[in-house]
Amino acid sequence: MSGSRLRIALVGNPNSGKSSLFNHLTGLNQKIGNFPGVTVDKKTGLTSLGNGVSAEITDLPGIYSIYPRSIDERIVSEYLLNHNSPQTPEKVVVVADATNLKRGLLLLTQVIDLGLPTILVLNMMDLAAKAGISYDLNTLSKRLGVPVVPVNARKGDGIELLKAELLKQHAPAATPVFPVWKEVEQPVQELRHQLGVDNDYEAYLFLEQPESLKFLPEDKRNQVAGIREKHQFFPGKFQGAETIQRYSYIQTLLTAITLKASDPAWKKNTTLIDRIVTHKVWGYVIFFGVLFLIFQAIFPWATVPMDFIDASFASLSSYLGRTLPEGPLASLIAEGIVPGIGGIVIFVPQIAILFAFISILEESGYMARVVFLMDKIMRKFGLNGKSVVPLMSGVACAIPAIMATRTIDNWKERTITIMVTPLMSCSARLPIFTILIALIVPEEKVLGFFNLQGLALMGLYLLGFVAAIASAWVMKLIIKVKERSFLIMELPAYRVPKWSNVGYTIVEKTKAFVFEAGKIILAISIILWVLASYGPGDRMDLAEEEVRKTAPADLSEEELEDRVASLKLENSYAGIIGKSIEPVIRPLGYDWKIGIALITSFAAREVFVGTMATIYSIGSSAEDDSTIKQRMREEVDAVTGQPRFTPAVGLSLLVFYTFAMQCMSTLAVVYRETRGWKWPMIQLVYMTVLAYVSAFIVFNAFS
Amino acid sequence: MATTGRNVAQMQPGEVGIVTGFTDDYLSIKLMEMGCLPGAPVKFNFSAPLGDPICISVSGYELSLRLEEAATISIMN
Repeated sequence: MSGSRLRIALVGNPNSGKSSLFNHLTGLNQKIGNFPGVTVDKKTGLTSLGNGVSAEITDLPGIYSIYPRSIDERIVSEYLLNHNSPQTPEKVVVVADATNLKRGLLLLTQVIDLGLPTILVLNMMDLAAKAGISYDLNTLSKRLGVPVVPVNARKGDGIELLKAELLKQHAPAATPVFPVWKEVEQPVQELRHQLGVDNDYEAYLFLEQPESLKFLPEDKRNQVAGIREKHQFFPGKFQGAETIQRYSYIQTLLTAITLKASDPAWKKNTTLIDRIVTHKVWGYVIFFGVLFLIFQAIFPWATVPMDFIDASFASLSSYLGRTLPEGPLASLIAEGIVPGIGGIVIFVPQIAILFAFISILEESGYMARVVFLMDKIMRKFGLNGKSVVPLMSGVACAIPAIMATRTIDNWKERTITIMVTPLMSCSARLPIFTILIALIVPEEKVLGFFNLQGLALMGLYLLGFVAAIASAWVMKLIIKVKERSFLIMELPAYRVPKWSNVGYTIVEKTKAFVFEAGKIILAISIILWVLASYGPGDRMDLAEEEVRKTAPADLSEEELEDRVASLKLENSYAGIIGKSIEPVIRPLGYDWKIGIALITSFAAREVFVGTMATIYSIGSSAEDDSTIKQRMREEVDAVTGQPRFTPAVGLSLLVFYTFAMQCMSTLAVVYRETRGWKWPMIQLVYMTVLAYVSAFIVFNAFS
Repeated sequence: MATTGRNVAQMQPGEVGIVTGFTDDYLSIKLMEMGCLPGAPVKFNFSAPLGDPICISVSGYELSLRLEEAATISIMN
């Protein structure tokens, strides 16, 4: 068997420690791909089993049974039902929590009956020992007909035993735990005969789960549907009865193998902590304390690495601009690609920190309590307790936030969460907010110690949050579906987070952001560079000549360059588009210069500041915010002769950027998550209309 | 003491009952998968600060569910 590679699937309940086992087996040899045709991430990793045999391990989403409830869960049944694909696992490892074997065994018996060689891993043996539980593993293995390996995935105990077991040859269990019902024997046999399905329970699930058969070609799916119709078999008919029958088998089995049952006192810490964190007062105090800590970490603390990244890319860009031979390619690299990549990397610190927190909260078991605390409030607005995590993440970046909505089972609640998450003020809005607030809000203290500018910033975050909640409520009334919402969720026992798992989550989420959002941000920055660097005919060259001819003689070379850049931008394609949308944005108080900034910041909002710097001919000192502020303050409206950035214009812009969907990457992620252009388009339209109308009202109310 | 017609949503914190059945087919399948089976003892632990959802112990672990879901689980005690 030397040199061969085994395909192994990892299956188990949520909170069974499956990810710890996966991380232990594969280390950093992990990659995330896609299951064909669906958006669910496929986590695979390589491990060496010894004897020159390596294994490709697929970590499947956590499930309670083979009958799926969410998109994440559906992937498991699809993956395990498809026995004739090059992807079909050769072995299935079912991970069960040894402290609560009963529920883990339900899934195990279903997997065994599917006819794939199966190994049972009893995880958390350390906790089971602590709880005083003792099992007769030999009898368990004999009765089930599959190998049983005890492990402690947190420490890595038992991993070598598991590897040794994986190297052995296994036949599928000889007898099914659950022989299919008499009533369905005939359709099952027909199906096996017609489609060549190799096992009764598999054929039975073909009949039970029409939704999980996407891997079959259309004609075969029709054949299955035909058999279902002929025998008047409707999906879900026997599911409840099957569950009862399996559990009664499991109960008998457990009675036979349990040498010592758990001591009920072992969970007293969890009970004690729950009394505090779900307390009427302390529960919310703790929750808002945690939120405050996260905000502190992703704003003040993250600015240190972010400033460093910003400065590094700016100097790299200017270094390349100076050293590369002059020409369009050098300009593309120095002004298009490098700043484009910089614009992606700059968000990495915030995303990494945010996911470190979220992962710690999830690992420790606290996140389930947050859902528990918030569900009733969120439900009033058409959301779900589980929407809290995406909404919180949205403050850093909407992209990982929208990816985090997959845990919401209910389609309507998930869609609404996706639709409103981009209204949460993300970190890309911060540079715009800071500069505009500094421009229109005086730096004064109110009531002695509240900084007025700080209050204004807080107000904008609040505005975004209120808009998100209000939009969710409106969508709740508009979207009509029959699907029921439910929250049947385990509250796991508290544990100290396993830090390496936190590390893997950070790497995984950051990678997802860099590659998913990164390629779009990069592509758009290149397109925008083209739009801003080229103009029709020789307009841009003429503009340069014009500046050089008419400029006063005492202008320094640098100032002259800045003026050229400004006039060139005005005559580029971006400038022309900016001018042509002027009539549309006039009612909001904007001129064509702001119009250009609106266009260029469509890919990513933070580009607004840089564009303003170029337009106002201060490109070369653009890193210095006060220069831009000064210049914007001096800008005069050509029509009225008054200052351009009046409080009304500033407020109008602030409101516009709070609500507008100025982020291509978010749209792309929404497209990926909702599998179509319908929702991203609705989102683009509703957010733009909301932004436009609100900015219009604000501008007219204040001018 | 009338024991008929009671359900989990009507229990008091700390109270223990035995699951006798379900009034909702769709939810019953999910509840049973999670170990909430007829004949199993169920303990009401506590409710969220706003009274909903609630936390129960069943089959050796803690489950949270909404009141309307808890109301579909019939009990006797």
